[in-house]
Amino acid sequence: MSTVDILFYLLSAFAIVSATMVLISKNPIHSVLWLILVFFAISGHYILLNAQFGTIVNIIVYAGAIMVLFLFVIMLMNIKKDAEPQKQLLVKLTGVVAGGSLLTLLIAVVKQTTQIENKQVLLKEGTIGLILTLGQALFTDYVIPFEISSVLFLSAMVGAVIIGKK
Amino acid sequence: MTILAFDWGLVIEKLILIAVVVFGSLGIALYTTFGERKVAAILQDRPGPNRAGPFGLLQPLADGIKLIMKEEIIPTAANKWLFILGPGLAMTASLMTCAVIPWGSDIELFGRKIALQIADINIGILYVFAVVSMGVYGIMIGGWASNNKFSLMSSLRAASQAISYELAMGLALIALLMTTESLSLKTIVEQQVQGSWWNIVYQPLGFLLFFIAALAECNRTPFDLPEAENELNFGYHQEYSSMKLGFYLFAEYINMIMSSAIMASMYFGGYDLPFFDESTVAPNIAAMIGVGTLLIKIVLFIFLFMWIRWTIPRFRYDQLMNLGWKTMIPLALFNLLITGALILANL
Repeated sequence: MSTVDILFYLLSAFAIVSATMVLISKNPIHSVLWLILVFFAISGHYILLNAQFGTIVNIIVYAGAIMVLFLFVIMLMNIKKDAEPQKQLLVKLTGVVAGGSLLTLLIAVVKQTTQIENKQVLLKEGTIGLILTLGQALFTDYVIPFEISSVLFLSAMVGAVIIGKK
Repeated sequence: MTILAFDWGLVIEKLILIAVVVFGSLGIALYTTFGERKVAAILQDRPGPNRAGPFGLLQPLADGIKLIMKEEIIPTAANKWLFILGPGLAMTASLMTCAVIPWGSDIELFGRKIALQIADINIGILYVFAVVSMGVYGIMIGGWASNNKFSLMSSLRAASQAISYELAMGLALIALLMTTESLSLKTIVEQQVQGSWWNIVYQPLGFLLFFIAALAECNRTPFDLPEAENELNFGYHQEYSSMKLGFYLFAEYINMIMSSAIMASMYFGGYDLPFFDESTVAPNIAAMIGVGTLLIKIVLFIFLFMWIRWTIPRFRYDQLMNLGWKTMIPLALFNLLITGALILANL
């Protein structure tokens, strides 16, 4: 096993354990903190792929900005352990079946996709995730989708301000 | 020495470098607390700490011993794990920034070429932003876990202030990055060493905005709203005692050192000594001169931070938000437009 393999399995185990803890933590603040650790584990995977820009954007946007907002909301609502509504057993069981089916479906789809069959992931090397490559791709080949999505963001921002003013 | 496809020499070299930088920063932070009290004393025309050792030089040690010896109190209603995690996170996040700061040019030791930078990563300055945004958690978690209204309000203030000023900081920086065309701090400093001017000449407005945002990010006066005693008693670390409180106070000083180092590297040439040709002396001596130069620049910035702290009174909270969102961000966007236009016109 090479170093990259060892790191891959360590990070994967870390991600899965943290993700499980998100679900089974009774305290919502603990759930949020475990979720931040999941994002860090995923960022570690990005580093293994040498996607440095992806890594750092994942940390800044998800672990840094979005989770801070989550924490804000949960802290201000001051949700207590006992005040959380307890769901019935049937509802829980339905959730498990539905989620499990989705997981099976996703794995099946990924396994049978012909485009990625017998393809090797570029570990440790490759320039595809570097900011230079990414910027050139976004501003030459994909400039129209890029600009359209920025307009979408702008309209979402304007919408948020209007809703906030009401 | 190649086990597990590793160059272990590199690992040892980096570990030593990390130890030196981390303990060096802690040492400087220790004496920054002393410096703060001396500067305050000079500005207020009084002697300041002068009892422990010659000129009071042992005062930081006395303070440290006092903090460690104090009784450790964890409030009964507090969330114990998060209460302990908070100061640790604040400290870790402030120390992590030092990984990408280039402290000097390369030195040669035992036939190895050693870079005086822990990691020269491709996305250097974005890494700093990621770490800064992690620093908010230390304050938020500590404030919430204390289970005290004042701590919670203050930590929310601190977080919203940090988020607001991060935007202006990022926008001010984008203008600089447009001229340097690189995110790596090493490359940015090398450009200034080789080029004729420091970046401050090209980006005066950008630097001013960055500096103001850095003041706000470090929770320094006039932006120390999270610690406004008359409204919030003591701030987010109200329930903390002993070394946990020390960690929070210390993290603030380390943040100051790191942001000074970043500003020196980004806008003031980093380890570049002006009017001096580094190629005339041996590389190792040149590197040492570089490290000394960067340290002097850092000390000057820290003095500026303190000067402002003991001169300007605190803002009101709405003034702070107005300044951040209605003045700084539009100015930063304006700066961005001007820079873009100048680059297009090839100036």
